[in-house]
Amino acid sequence: MRLEYFQMIDRVRACGGGAITAEARVPEASPVFEGHFPGHPLMPGVLLVEAMAQASGYLILAAQGFARMPFLAGVREAKLRRFVAPGMVLTVEARLVHEGSGYAVTAASIVGPDGGRICDAELTLRTLPFPAPELAAAMRARAQEIGLPATAAGGVA
Amino acid sequence: MSAVFDRIADIIAENSDVPREKITPDSHVIDDLGIDSLDFLDIVFAIDKAFGIKVPVEQWTQEVNAGNAPAEQYFVMKNLAQRIEELVAARQAQGG
Repeated sequence: MRLEYFQMIDRVRACGGGAITAEARVPEASPVFEGHFPGHPLMPGVLLVEAMAQASGYLILAAQGFARMPFLAGVREAKLRRFVAPGMVLTVEARLVHEGSGYAVTAASIVGPDGGRICDAELTLRTLPFPAPELAAAMRARAQEIGLPATAAGGVA
Repeated sequence: MSAVFDRIADIIAENSDVPREKITPDSHVIDDLGIDSLDFLDIVFAIDKAFGIKVPVEQWTQEVNAGNAPAEQYFVMKNLAQRIEELVAARQAQGG
């Protein structure tokens, strides 16, 4: 993870059949932890939601062959169950619940190194034509860096 | 009114601030009921799930924006219910 750049996903372990599993290592140090919180650094819950949204976004990008850009539009039933400390290696998972016209819904979760569930939510992402070619190119480049397949067969899991 | 209308009206009331009794067959979902695009997304998801269909909202919007169809055809409640009934019938005809 590079929190300051909103790069939440480090590596895709598996993607296909309407689901994605990715790895995200919380940095040991970040300016974020200086404020959240002094003397008690914790990964902010909103950034955990962002990590689930990004895993969902990569899943949708792959499922739709990078045809459209997913944007987070709704967060339902988000539960932040455990604290996340600097240095922790997280497993971020998302499953496609529904692929609608111009939107998709995922069930996402984050699991800790001991297998314990850290958080989960149902996310709605609006899918729009890429608003700029630079964004499409950047998404493809980043997807390649983290090992996301160019396409992932399979719809709703 | 049809059972489909009642189901859609219930879904709208559950997914927005619109009171159920305010939703009539002649209500325009956006102009009269004031449903915004994000609430409409939740409503479409609930309709997709309830009827096992994929409401082609993007296609409808494109048709309306291009002037090829009046907005009332899709977004007035009685017509919306009719469109949903057609989508359900089409799915059943495909054996889905």
